[in-house]
Amino acid sequence: MRRRELLHLMACAVPACTAAGRVFAAPPGSPRFLLVFLRGGYDCANILIPYSSAYYYETRPNIAVRRPTGQDTGGALALDSDWALAPALRSSVALLYAQRQALFIPFAGTEDLSRSHFETQDDIELGQAASGRVQGSPDLRSGFMARLAGVVNGAAPIAFTDSLPVCFRGSADIPNISLKGVGRLVFDARQAAILSAMYTGHHLQPQVEDGLELRQEVSRAMEQEMKEASRDALTPKGFELEARRVGRLMRDQYRIGFIDVGGWDTHVNEGSAQGALANNIDSLGKGLTALSQELGAEWRNTVVAVVSEFGRTFRENGNKGTDHGHGSVYWILGGSINGGRVAGEQTGVTRENLFQDRDYPVLNEYRAVLGGLFAALWGLSPEQVQQVFPASTPVDLKVI
Amino acid sequence: MNRLGSIAATGLAVLCAAGGGPSARAAGATLSREDALWLERVTYGLTTATVSEYLKLGRRRYLDEQLHRRDPRLPPQIAAQIDALQVSHSSASQLLLAVTQEQQRINALSDDAAKQADRKALNEQGNHMAYEAARRELLRAIYSQAQIQEQMTWFWLNHFSVFQYKANDAWLVADYADTIRAHALGHFRDLVIATLTHPAMLQYLDNAQNAAGHLNENYARELMELHTLGVGSGYTQQDIQELARILTGVGIDASGREPRLKPQWQKLYRHEGAFEFNPARHDAGTKTLLGKTFEPGGFDEVERAVDLLVSQPACAAFISRQLAMYFVADDPPRALVEKMAKTFRKTHGDIAEVLQTLFESRELSASLGTKFKDPMHYVVSTVRLAYDGKAILNTHPVVNWLDALGEPLFGRQTPDGYPLTESGWASSGQMSRRFEIARAIGAGNGGLFEPEDGSAAATTGFPQLSTRLYFSAIEPFLSVNARTALDRASSQLEWNTFLLASPDFNYH
Repeated sequence: MRRRELLHLMACAVPACTAAGRVFAAPPGSPRFLLVFLRGGYDCANILIPYSSAYYYETRPNIAVRRPTGQDTGGALALDSDWALAPALRSSVALLYAQRQALFIPFAGTEDLSRSHFETQDDIELGQAASGRVQGSPDLRSGFMARLAGVVNGAAPIAFTDSLPVCFRGSADIPNISLKGVGRLVFDARQAAILSAMYTGHHLQPQVEDGLELRQEVSRAMEQEMKEASRDALTPKGFELEARRVGRLMRDQYRIGFIDVGGWDTHVNEGSAQGALANNIDSLGKGLTALSQELGAEWRNTVVAVVSEFGRTFRENGNKGTDHGHGSVYWILGGSINGGRVAGEQTGVTRENLFQDRDYPVLNEYRAVLGGLFAALWGLSPEQVQQVFPASTPVDLKVI
Repeated sequence: MNRLGSIAATGLAVLCAAGGGPSARAAGATLSREDALWLERVTYGLTTATVSEYLKLGRRRYLDEQLHRRDPRLPPQIAAQIDALQVSHSSASQLLLAVTQEQQRINALSDDAAKQADRKALNEQGNHMAYEAARRELLRAIYSQAQIQEQMTWFWLNHFSVFQYKANDAWLVADYADTIRAHALGHFRDLVIATLTHPAMLQYLDNAQNAAGHLNENYARELMELHTLGVGSGYTQQDIQELARILTGVGIDASGREPRLKPQWQKLYRHEGAFEFNPARHDAGTKTLLGKTFEPGGFDEVERAVDLLVSQPACAAFISRQLAMYFVADDPPRALVEKMAKTFRKTHGDIAEVLQTLFESRELSASLGTKFKDPMHYVVSTVRLAYDGKAILNTHPVVNWLDALGEPLFGRQTPDGYPLTESGWASSGQMSRRFEIARAIGAGNGGLFEPEDGSAAATTGFPQLSTRLYFSAIEPFLSVNARTALDRASSQLEWNTFLLASPDFNYH
């Protein structure tokens, strides 16, 4: 039964029907997956710093993050003998990493070479076979998260965004709601019913019904937050506030989620240990930590993947920034993952190994990586993985 | 008579008793369903003045007026509001110079607290400038009779999108919009050059910082991908880098002081308003773009590059398709796009001619009533219907509604512009938000008639949507679902909300 129909039945049976947790059949303790998309192509080389590479320091004279030096808070935080973490993540993701709840996959990304934000984002979100892209006609109506929701039992998908992202496009209607500003309920049940009825038989009927219903659910979930806020003078802001709300909804109701974060397109003055990129990554790190806290006991059943459309040029440009590149660094976080390591295929960070003498190469294709992750997380069959990522070769990075 | 009937009848009676309404000639004629739908598509929504103009001129002459004469005929009260705006009396270069000098003064302050306070004040001024720009755009969208020109101004502002929060763009967006309006129905090539040399774009996509030896390819990439050719049309990463080299030295100087240049560079130096071409920053080597060799020169390299881009068949096809997506369908018929592209090539990118092809096409007629209104169309059409030419005194509520629906003017952070398709605006979260805005507009309490200078407000209640205009151009064509909902309304507020939330009103 489709979620909407279920909601409909329950609306008839019990007037105030959608109390958190009752709507979905997914058993408590079932896996949760959240995709965090950093839109704009974040400069991964200044977040997971290849500090053993002399070439990194040579080609980033103004923006390189200093080598780890133990006590110095301005330097990178060593993870192993090659890689170090941006100091802006010291109090957030670095702590998760130390608890083996975070790992990084450098040289990750897509085969798309347009270096266009918009094409590459769409390409990743559609997740279709490379052959479709070469012919230039991907099916724009089918995103990989929607296909994932189609093969996972009790998927309960949701996008925490203003509009429905490309990755959730598909035949089933998947709800979305932005958690940035959630106000008081506007319509009572009678008014909502009349509004819904206007769209009976219309192709927007599912969106209208879901939208009105979801608005009520979220308002209820937020009531708790408001109570807490009135006691606590330090209310979180920005992404941290959103991430807390995501955590609450995914703890109680939803199993497959999507959220995006913007502001990563650092062509000019991106900074190094401090500055524009560091501020943005600090906010992201704090948000992810808040999410893990809000999920509580369910954090151990949760996996979060942080991705971006591409990395940036390995060398800094003429304006103390970086331009569009290729390979990126993906992050996997979760309460019971096999973390605390830098995973996947790697190569030395030297000029010779750069892709087209400019960018990180892609050695860990994202469909292979995520396909392998999904197979392990839900125990999907090879056929199911192929439904999510057609013509892909899943790689098991032993994340779970 | 049920309650709804009595509300509607009151509205009509009031209007008739006041002797308002269209001219006698127009009053006699009536709109067919097809006329009403056509007008809904071609304009930002029906008003009494638009309907009467259409009935007076007929479709062909109405279209001709829209495409070629473009007389805005703003109501005097609206013209006076626009004239009172600061942005209506300052050029981009004046504003840029003022803000740059103020920033220099603030940076030189030694007192940190004073620095912070002055910076905050300057930011607020910038926000106010951008608000004035948005206010002017909205007043024109609502009240100008040149409705296609206004929609095209929005369309190109979105196509050549800039973001008010990048650098000093807040101070420049008003001028940018006017620059675009001047070319909105002219030649596409002029539009590209006008945006390329505008300081708002030069700041937004960083070309102001693109110089020989300090290459920044941000603008060069988007100029091909988003502005002229479209992604996947055959250009390469190498072309992007070569175009970036051609664009080195295209930048900003608000001071008006010519730099000291070597003699051989002086004749290549260009300066107009805040735009500057500085040959000292220009890459003097030979470049190759799309297979064509560019011998070293000055700004003429840029002009030749733009000529080359806009004469590509890919450009004609890309721009035609974008226009057809905006005015006809999310996935426009290929035959229509080909017809438009042919006109584009034949007329060297005459936008009015391309639109003539579009508006006279069978494909447009076949699509009437099926295009989902983006938030701009939605909000402007509600205000046009609800206040029907009566001058609003405060534009803040309109700006806020657009914000809430996710499509503020000058507010798109990324250079791709807002989506032109239904799927970008009709998700579940967006539909529920839209209904909430429908209620806010229907409640009429947003402060539209509280003057922005703080003087005493006129008392207003709910907007009367059930007017003569409603009964002549909307009510006869309502769907059964919408009628049923309107019949169930228990108050004027609910009735307004349901009408504005109905599928009938959300498509055009």
